[in-house]
Amino acid sequence: MTDSTTAIEFVNVAYRIGKRALISDLNLSIRRGETLMLLGRSGSGKTTTLRLINRLLDQSQGQVMVDGRSTAEWDVIQLRRHIGYAIQEAGLFPHYTVQKNVALVPRLERWDPARVAMRVKEVLQLVGLPYDQFAGRYPDQLSGGQRQRVGLARALAADPQILLMDEPFGALDPITRAELQHEFVELRKQLSKTVVFVTHDVAEALLLGDRIALMDSGALKGVFAPAEFLLSTDTLVQPYIAAFRAGQQILDSGA
Amino acid sequence: MSLPDFFVAHKREVLTLTGEHLWLVGISMLLAVVIGVPLGILLSRRPAWKSLVLGGSNIMQTIPSLALFGLLLPVPWIGARADRLAILALTMYALLPVIRNTYVGIAGVEAPVRDAAIGMGLTPRQLLWQVELPLASNVIVAGIRTATVITVGVATIAAAIGAGGLGEFIFRGLAMVDNNVILAGAIPAALMALSADLVLALIQRTLVRTHH
Ligand SMILES: Nc1ncnc2c1ncn2[C@@H]1O[C@H](COP(=O)(O)OP(=O)(O)OP(=O)(O)O)[C@@H](O)[C@H]1O
Ligand SMILES: [Mg+2]
Repeated sequence: MTDSTTAIEFVNVAYRIGKRALISDLNLSIRRGETLMLLGRSGSGKTTTLRLINRLLDQSQGQVMVDGRSTAEWDVIQLRRHIGYAIQEAGLFPHYTVQKNVALVPRLERWDPARVAMRVKEVLQLVGLPYDQFAGRYPDQLSGGQRQRVGLARALAADPQILLMDEPFGALDPITRAELQHEFVELRKQLSKTVVFVTHDVAEALLLGDRIALMDSGALKGVFAPAEFLLSTDTLVQPYIAAFRAGQQILDSGA
Repeated sequence: MSLPDFFVAHKREVLTLTGEHLWLVGISMLLAVVIGVPLGILLSRRPAWKSLVLGGSNIMQTIPSLALFGLLLPVPWIGARADRLAILALTMYALLPVIRNTYVGIAGVEAPVRDAAIGMGLTPRQLLWQVELPLASNVIVAGIRTATVITVGVATIAAAIGAGGLGEFIFRGLAMVDNNVILAGAIPAALMALSADLVLALIQRTLVRTHH
């Protein structure tokens, strides 16, 4: 079962609202240090799965283990502060400056102010935002891409070992999106974090993931390495491959 | 006698009644805020109670003020003194805008912001004080503004039950068919409403600025 190489594990997890199962029979083991992509169509249960990890939702059945301990046994506030969380809309506090947004969790964890200030600088640097230029701005003075970077910086600020990302680049234009994806690949090389990354974009899943977990109608349909995924003959995988190839062809014919 | 002459001649009484009026309004608003804001917060946590509380205070507002004063008269302790009675009635009128705006302000915090806040590990108390109340403060103060202006007006009726205030002049003037006397009550009351509105508008502006 769970050992030190497993960061997160779903054991027979189901999540129901009333009689309706949004997630059923979920068994999934996420390795320490890997980036696992949760891929699936809209409504397939990706966000629901992600939110079961930091207990924004509580499963109706089964267990979710984080660092070898059932999330039900964790102090929920501790659990959440132990896990970075970045979402599509960024969810920055509109009344906080960039500095204060990024400093949020370290401040809640009562870090020494000098250490917080240093860390904010460091982590803004990491996501490509010069401190002097951005620290004093409010979220409504940022572009969408910059907001996403701040959201990522905030998630990284307290140096959590686990990072949950729910379509963090989903609302960006294609060029900014490619830029952030590229930077994310670079970032991952520098930081050894376990990342669970939700996307409905095959190309993104192939580019960023160590493994791809395919979800459909609230069920896990398989876990693949990117190369495996492209070779899979699974009827559920085929449409994704077709979509990916179509995208490639457009690129090729344009070149 | 011209109106300015009347004010000069009745300077002391104008000041006394203005003071009484301010007191009635001030205490009532204080109570309305102290009761209304927590109730609004409670509603945001228990939306099921929304129709009960908002409906209840809505009905309260539809009772004509004079009738409400009369209805409260037999209530023990409250009915024993006119100013107590007036303050209770005025508080009841002021509650709805305060409760409603507190609720609306908190409910207006965008879902992703709330989501991120909870996901990052804010406790419910931290969520309230660091996110919800600051972001709702503008709307809450707007509610207090509305309530204050209403209360300054309704408080003139308090004179009908002997609770004093600027309504004394108005009722007396009506009885005497003397416009000067009516205006001696109406003008300070209007000025009071305007200046309260202005002060609260300034507070609202500073809140918007500091919370961006
Ligand atoms: N609070 C809720 N009440 C009822 N149904 C819900 C609720 N939240 C989500 N659902 C349903 O659960 C299913 C899975 O939702 P989820 O948000 O996990 O999908 P997703 O894979 O993240 O989709 P998307 O890519 O569109 O974000 C959907 O069919 C959705 O309609
Ligand atoms: Mg989703």
